[in-house]
Amino acid sequence: MRAETRIGFILLLTPLVLWLGLLIVIPHIDMALISLRERISFGVYEPSLAQYEKALTEPLYLRTFGRTAVMSVLATAITLLVAFPVAYYIAKMAKGRLQQVLFLLCLIPFYVSELVRTFGWMILLRETGLISSLMQWVGLADQPVEMLYNDAAMMVGLVYTSMLFMVVPLVTTLESLDDSVIEAGYDLGGNGWSVLREIIIPHAMPGVVSGCIVVFMLSLGNYLTPTMLGGKDSLWFTEMIYNQFIVRSNWELGAAFGFMLLVLSSAIVWGMLRLTGRTLQETMG
Amino acid sequence: MTPDLAPDLAPDLECVDLVKRFGDTTAVDNVSFTVPPGSFFSILGPSGCGKTTIMRMIAGFLEPTSGDIRIKGGSVLDVAPNKRPVNMVFQHLALFPMMTIAENIGYGLRRRGLPKDQITRKVGEALERIGLPGIGGRKVDELSGGQKQRVAIARCMVLEPDVLLLDEPLGALDLKLREHMKVELKALQAAFDTTFVYITHDQSEALVMSDQIAVMNHGRFEQVGTGQDLYYRPDTPFVAGFIGDSNRWTGRVERTEGEAIEMRTDSGLVMRASGAGLKAGDRAEIFVRPESIRLASSAEALSVFDNRLQGTVTSILFNGAASRILVEDGVGETLEVTLPQSGEFAALKRGDAVHIGWGSVQGTCFGRIA
Amino acid sequence: MTRTILLTSTLLAGLAGAAQADTLRLLTWGGYAPDDVVEMFEEQTGHTVEVTKSNNEEMIAKLRATGGGGFDLAQPSQDRVMGPQMEFGIYKPIDVSKLNQDLFIPSMLEATMKNTTVNGDVYGVPHVWGTSGLVLNTAEAGDTVKDYTDLCDPAVAGKVSYRLKRPTLIGFAFAMGEDPFAAYGDEAKYKEIMEKVEAKLVECKANVKTYWGGGDELMNLLRSGEVTASMAWDTGGWKLNGDNADITFVAPTSGALGWIDTFVLPAKGQADDAAYAWINFVMQPEIAAKITASAGNFTASAGADEYAEEGLKAKYQASFPQEAIDNIKWYPPVPAGLESIEGEVLDRVQAAN
Repeated sequence: MRAETRIGFILLLTPLVLWLGLLIVIPHIDMALISLRERISFGVYEPSLAQYEKALTEPLYLRTFGRTAVMSVLATAITLLVAFPVAYYIAKMAKGRLQQVLFLLCLIPFYVSELVRTFGWMILLRETGLISSLMQWVGLADQPVEMLYNDAAMMVGLVYTSMLFMVVPLVTTLESLDDSVIEAGYDLGGNGWSVLREIIIPHAMPGVVSGCIVVFMLSLGNYLTPTMLGGKDSLWFTEMIYNQFIVRSNWELGAAFGFMLLVLSSAIVWGMLRLTGRTLQETMG
Repeated sequence: MTPDLAPDLAPDLECVDLVKRFGDTTAVDNVSFTVPPGSFFSILGPSGCGKTTIMRMIAGFLEPTSGDIRIKGGSVLDVAPNKRPVNMVFQHLALFPMMTIAENIGYGLRRRGLPKDQITRKVGEALERIGLPGIGGRKVDELSGGQKQRVAIARCMVLEPDVLLLDEPLGALDLKLREHMKVELKALQAAFDTTFVYITHDQSEALVMSDQIAVMNHGRFEQVGTGQDLYYRPDTPFVAGFIGDSNRWTGRVERTEGEAIEMRTDSGLVMRASGAGLKAGDRAEIFVRPESIRLASSAEALSVFDNRLQGTVTSILFNGAASRILVEDGVGETLEVTLPQSGEFAALKRGDAVHIGWGSVQGTCFGRIA
Repeated sequence: MTRTILLTSTLLAGLAGAAQADTLRLLTWGGYAPDDVVEMFEEQTGHTVEVTKSNNEEMIAKLRATGGGGFDLAQPSQDRVMGPQMEFGIYKPIDVSKLNQDLFIPSMLEATMKNTTVNGDVYGVPHVWGTSGLVLNTAEAGDTVKDYTDLCDPAVAGKVSYRLKRPTLIGFAFAMGEDPFAAYGDEAKYKEIMEKVEAKLVECKANVKTYWGGGDELMNLLRSGEVTASMAWDTGGWKLNGDNADITFVAPTSGALGWIDTFVLPAKGQADDAAYAWINFVMQPEIAAKITASAGNFTASAGADEYAEEGLKAKYQASFPQEAIDNIKWYPPVPAGLESIEGEVLDRVQAAN
């Protein structure tokens, strides 16, 4: 009997271990090893910290690194600000069918691929695009307006892509907040702002934190949106990794960049949890 | 109606011609009542009768379609819920789970902008008052049901409201605790000396605690009065049926003589009862409480009563002091009769033949429409 | 238990059998293996062809990741054969005797073989060739833009696009009067040239609307008129010429950059015979003409011109008068190390404000 339980346990665990081991741990060890070597000549490599030294001393890399981090944090904050009222409306104000329809509307963008979504934004924002033409037609502009290829367009794209991942955890936590708790907040003398600050936000905090973590990771690791919407000044760290691996064939530096990104995202997530005084278990569980 | 009344003499709460419609349905239909200061006022009714709607209008979460709500003589219709001198204990208490007990109780005081030390002092006093000193640092989910109940009341009472609204706050408790809390609530009300307006569908809660009870049905008040009034002198068949248990017969009035009535039931029995405003030929309904029916082993013992029946015991419902028996009469109807605890009928068992009877004044008769 | 073993061995046998039935896994560019050609080939030879579309960098990255496995025939540009072979050993030598050499334009075959020889072994033979230069809306930018550096002219500010890739660096270097190909062997000299190019590109950045990434993106920019002058491939210009007669490919005065896409055998390829068969098949003039029609570029197939579409020939002749053809700068093999110099330049340009 006990042996059987053990076998069952092992069988259940196997897919997880395989998944973690084959697809995450082993490639990462390999990456780590690659990042810790230096090319001497054709096919000759030596262990060295040169890649990290280069990544950390070259101002361009550091700037891109910092820029990517700051922009991702900003994208996360904007997503939160936009998603919170939406989630609140879906969870607390909308009833029955409307609620389902609204939820579905948040999902619809994900019926098409990220590439198509990004192209959609390009069609809207470009100089000869829909919004520009509309503005000229209405008379708000007397010549074509270029809204593509800047940080704002990139931000719009990032926020749009991330919305659902913020709305879902927020709706879930907000739905679990009893309406009468909010009413009690008003009944005992609270106004809209204080009820939001003292009751709704503290209650929604697990959703806020898990939403923020997911959105931050998604933004940090996004490749398509910054590259396509961001234009000529928008170097994103993932693009640099891609460039090193694919275009430059410089796997060593690319791997070092990859690890820097991993450390950065871990650090910011840790910081976020620390700031809100939560543990990862609380947030994810 | 009396807006000029001096504040001291004005009732704590007064509702005048209150109406609330949701689309085509009228949830509250022209309800008026006054609650004198310091009293315990209950609104009793089945679910969906509109009692919660009234309470939410008083609290300010709903706006009446028409009518007025006055607190201490002044209309509060234009006052937002967070500014009304009314607080509410919610059905599921709605304690703030993200705060400690002390933060919960201090919430309203913080909103009023009281200095910190005063808040701490008042919260301490309130905890003392509800008999739970020193639990301020605990989390909400560390408390038992009864403790949460008291905290929810304290959270409102620190604000010293003119009226405290309670929306079936005992509903979530188990029976034993509910019985205990009934007594405790009444004691708390006396201790705080505040007007309580209590909503419930449980008649025993209303009867035990209230000074005044309004029985509500289909958006209207059927009767307002003390527990005794409602129990012994119901104004309407709904009140008679809703409060306490009753044996009922429907039939047609055959004869009237002042308040005294003789009715032939649909099953063919002739019964005497008392009721106002009825005439021969009217359809009517008679209510008789189980404890009004006397049990005897011979017909002679019941000769003083106008109504006498003979039957067989079909069931004995033993419940200590509240034990009853079910008696099937000659025409096949089953009556509920209180079993006297004098020991006289201790040997009674199923199948025994018994005689039962009651006086005409114990039977209340109401006319039935159609 | 026995059943499982039986089943597994059947599966394995099936897999092995499939490999022996010669599936040709072709790693190539879009348009180089049109469906009708693949169908004809499969019908004639019995092999099946699996086509994966890619570009130079990804081809090499893919082959590098697998040590030259996963594909049986690949088509990187001829300047990308020697360096990666020396560095990663991802190709295997081509046995030229298995090819019908008469099908190739001799000069092109010879040049490609020379450029792809490592340690005496030949690694590549030519297939499709073309040039990159300027695609212009001649009505709007024709008078201003004659060479790559003219893209920085204020007259076309905000209406210009190019890629942030090595052809841009090379093109600008030539337009600035340098000869980067001559400096391939001299890293210091090359670095110096690239620094000059970098300064020019940073200065030019304000003029650029966006750096294009994919062919479709550029097509949209030019077609919508948002961009009037761009660095691009010849075929892109000719394609757009069909929609708008003003837009066409122009060879810059400093010379168009010529590239040749080759056939190479990945080191762990498993269907060499099928690969040779494919090369011999597609180099036939009629088939080569079909590929020209699909890809828009001419091939190294001798005599295929006769079968080529007249319209394309006309466009080609309009873009390339004889002196422009003579002026084409063919990419020599890229020595290792240069790409990291270029990479840093490109990064700095992109990050510059």
